[in-house]
Amino acid sequence: MRKYTEDHEWIRLDGDIATIGITDHAVEQLGDIVFVELPAVGAALVKGQVAATLESVKAASDVYAPLNGEVVEVNEAIVAEPIKINQDPQSGGWFYKLRLSNPADVDALMDESAYRNLIG
Amino acid sequence: MTATAALLSTPLTALNIQLGGKMVPFAGYAMPVQFADGVLKEHLHTREAAGLFDVSHMGQIILRPKSRRVEDAALALERLVPADVLGLKPGRQRYGIFTNQKGGILDDLMIANRGDHLFLVVNAACKAQDVAHLRAHLSDDCEIIELTDRALIALQGPDAEVALAALAPEVAGMKFMDVADVTLVGAACVVARAGYTGEDGFEISVPAGRAEALAKALLGHPRVRPIGLGARDSLRLESGLCLYGNDIDIGTTPIEASLEWAIQRVRCEGGIREAGFPGAWTILHQLKSGAPRRRVGILPAGRTPVREGTPLFTPDDNRNPVGEITSGGFGPTLSAPVAMGYVLAEYSKPPTELIAEVRGKSYPVKVAPLPFITQRYKRK
Repeated sequence: MRKYTEDHEWIRLDGDIATIGITDHAVEQLGDIVFVELPAVGAALVKGQVAATLESVKAASDVYAPLNGEVVEVNEAIVAEPIKINQDPQSGGWFYKLRLSNPADVDALMDESAYRNLIG
Repeated sequence: MTATAALLSTPLTALNIQLGGKMVPFAGYAMPVQFADGVLKEHLHTREAAGLFDVSHMGQIILRPKSRRVEDAALALERLVPADVLGLKPGRQRYGIFTNQKGGILDDLMIANRGDHLFLVVNAACKAQDVAHLRAHLSDDCEIIELTDRALIALQGPDAEVALAALAPEVAGMKFMDVADVTLVGAACVVARAGYTGEDGFEISVPAGRAEALAKALLGHPRVRPIGLGARDSLRLESGLCLYGNDIDIGTTPIEASLEWAIQRVRCEGGIREAGFPGAWTILHQLKSGAPRRRVGILPAGRTPVREGTPLFTPDDNRNPVGEITSGGFGPTLSAPVAMGYVLAEYSKPPTELIAEVRGKSYPVKVAPLPFITQRYKRK
């Protein structure tokens, strides 16, 4: 099951590993993405800190860490070809995987229907 | 009720919406920033085929000489613009700049000699101020008429000629910066072979009531797609063309802006109509002795775009900026970030290496010649 943040990120939990990306709604707002900078593998992220930076044809945007944890893998494919995020934001366009400090924190995030209500 | 409800519309707004344009506020108008293809594809399509742009938000102004001699309108306009307007032959246009007393740039514009009058195209955000400026200074010599009942359509790209010639074969004979009366879809249009993308193409002034019919006729050509303001911006940036408000404004002189090519010899020191425009002392002095800073191309070494406002440093001093980016983004044709900005004159020579500071990190960039792409105007 996926969870969502108010910053338009999705989180898919598998054990204590959370895969994180941005939503189709976010991608629609951003337009074509031309550059992405991901966190380093091994980096310890604190919820709310800038984890990644995106540049679309329009502007730069920060992507915030939705939870505390350690980066265990990043999606190099989107670094090589940022447009993959536009093409498949909810799956192939994932950003990074985080080993959560406390997997139960995920429960506090929005479920899909709450997120869909948020974006109207 | 949408957020754009209070905005002005153009004669093509309904069509832009119907075509799936994502409408945003721009200079008080609801304008399409992109269509379904998105900025990258729209940009590349314009370079490879042809793009149709609604630029009806721009101002269209006629200067009609009271003496009925177009030379008098030209001489009058030369009081506000440091260009050779008198030397412009009927059926030709050129780029010009409205300067102020300090040598700053009030707006940039196109000036066409239409035989018995001059026809100007000015920026949307400046048009009210430009009309007031013209009225304040030229009313004794000219009638100043803002055309509010016409749309402006740009058709740009290597297939622009074949698409427009399908409606009026005679346009194929036009050269870069020619301006002509052309009947299109039964309407009396004014067509200029010019644009803002670095490609061959046309800008077409069309009566408002026939604008949609003309746009539809052009979009009916298989090579023509609608293009939004997003791609218009990346196209002009790759082509090294200034955006008023970003790259030039009242705080920049034409020499600082590297626009000295827009000041023809007759207006320079020793020319037969030397000076005689606002800020001439400053501008001609800088032309002779050099400006303290210059607008240059900036090519980032990596993949990170550098945007407007980004400070530039030398590699050995990260405290005192030597320049600033005024336009920057991703160049789809180069598939790399491109930018332009101002640097102190001593750092303006390509390929000077500088450092751009983006989000607290240092990225190497190089001063680069403009344009970044080869302009493909039809000069012959």
